[in-house]
Amino acid sequence: MTGSEFVPLSLVPMLIGICVAVACALPGNFLLLRRQALIGDAISHVVLPGIVVAFLVTGLVASVPMLLGAAGAALVAVAAIEAIRRLGKIEPGAAMGVVFTTMFAGGVLLLEMSDTSSVHLDVEHALYGNLESLIWLDATGWSSLWDPQALAYLPVELPRMVGALVVVALFIAVFWRPLKISTFDEGFARTMGLRTGPLGLALVVVAAVAAVAAFDAVGSIIVIAMFICPPAAARLMTNRLETQIAWSVLFATLAAVIGYVLAGYGPLWLGAQDSVSAAGMIATVSGVLVAGAALVGPARK
Amino acid sequence: MTITLARDKDAPTDAERRLASPLAIRGLTVSYGQKPAVFSVDMTVRAGHMTAIIGPNGAGKSTLLKAALGILKPLAGTVTVLGQPMAWQRDHIAYVPQRASVDWDFPTRVIDVVLMGMYGQLGLLGRVRAKHRAQAMDCLERVGMTDFATRQIGQLSGGQQQRVFLARALAQGADLYLLDEPFAGVDAATEQAIINVLKGLRDAGKTVVAVHHDLSTVRDYFDDVFLINTQAVAEGPVATTFTQTNLQTAYGGRLAGAQMDALADTLIGTGTGAAAR
Repeated sequence: MTGSEFVPLSLVPMLIGICVAVACALPGNFLLLRRQALIGDAISHVVLPGIVVAFLVTGLVASVPMLLGAAGAALVAVAAIEAIRRLGKIEPGAAMGVVFTTMFAGGVLLLEMSDTSSVHLDVEHALYGNLESLIWLDATGWSSLWDPQALAYLPVELPRMVGALVVVALFIAVFWRPLKISTFDEGFARTMGLRTGPLGLALVVVAAVAAVAAFDAVGSIIVIAMFICPPAAARLMTNRLETQIAWSVLFATLAAVIGYVLAGYGPLWLGAQDSVSAAGMIATVSGVLVAGAALVGPARK
Repeated sequence: MTITLARDKDAPTDAERRLASPLAIRGLTVSYGQKPAVFSVDMTVRAGHMTAIIGPNGAGKSTLLKAALGILKPLAGTVTVLGQPMAWQRDHIAYVPQRASVDWDFPTRVIDVVLMGMYGQLGLLGRVRAKHRAQAMDCLERVGMTDFATRQIGQLSGGQQQRVFLARALAQGADLYLLDEPFAGVDAATEQAIINVLKGLRDAGKTVVAVHHDLSTVRDYFDDVFLINTQAVAEGPVATTFTQTNLQTAYGGRLAGAQMDALADTLIGTGTGAAAR
């Protein structure tokens, strides 16, 4: 494939896929070790009602109101999970399950009842996103990367996702020690004066930033998969947190690239006519990577 | 239930004792739900001594320790460390939690756990330098775990894990050491190693406070005892406070007669004479 074909059609979706995968995998490492992996699942589902409500209020399918709606819904969900857990004395996993299924179902009902036929907003979009459609038509080849005119028409999802990745990576880098020690030994962390409650909440908020930014481009399936699969596979490769993070970034990137290529060309190689959903394939590849790590990873038990 | 001690005229006032004490607790009440786990407890730890916190299961021993450390938020009461609020003195306090309170499958090595004890001095982004590693290795040597420095913590036995936790506390370089059941579920060699380290700390002028379960070793290991059963029962030197009466008060009917007999040798007031040191 030449640059004149690859850059406009595949470069941007692939880069977005990589950014999504890494931005979700990074906090996923800590969520997994804290036995909170389902948080990512919950956040990415509750985003749907938030977006529908934002659309109903503003009448627009625009980035800013949708992001605000999604972020609002994520906050409502986190508060509801905490409330159910404390008031109902229900274990966290069950509380999350109750909240995100209810809110997602509510979002589907809202969507059905409202007139969204004129806009690109449906349940399928919520699940799979539209990674393949994020093409960069103004690009003519690799040289377009230095062409301000072409760059002006870069799909907005890419810089947004890069921004989310930077926020996530900075948070993890700066709060590395507090995150590590409070994940391993919360009591000890508190005796050092760390405010473990707000720190845990900040981790969830950062995960929500990644999930909300990713949602529009890639849908919820890939977000859920990337919060859990790359960190889970990485844990099986090493017994050191530092190394685990590096492996999870590698696995996330591999899943994004291999998944995107397989979705686009795999069916053709097999003699079929059409390509399949990139988001679905990326999530599938990440699951296969976990299976592989479970079979041959050196840190299995 | 609180024992009021008669005070002679030259004895220091409560305020004086509190200022001088490495750990002074006044009116501490902690509750998980409706019922308080610790109720209106006063405690004054003597500097440079080893104090055992003893009492029956569910008596609030660990809760008292955690509230003193600021891990749990008390409903009422104050904790002062060397006359200052606890929060100002974190650099002077080291903590060894119950071994079972953490997930030992966590992906980290023994040396990394010990280095966690230095996070206070390293700060958010300070680099771990060769001197920090050397310091951490030194702490591992003091607990006899040098050979295990690069092992994953999940591969250790219970006794080895407990030693690693003690090494991490040593790395904190504190003046006051608070330990939650350091001898629970460890082998005899580890118990001996730990008590030797703790006595070494005490002999170097540090203060050690440990939640302790095994009544038969109180006399050998500790200088002072603090008996608790939700409320404080008694505190003072082992020689005068670790008595049958105080134990009966703390444990109520829960300390069986047979256990009491077994303890008779180490207890005061049983007339066996073995109690004298």
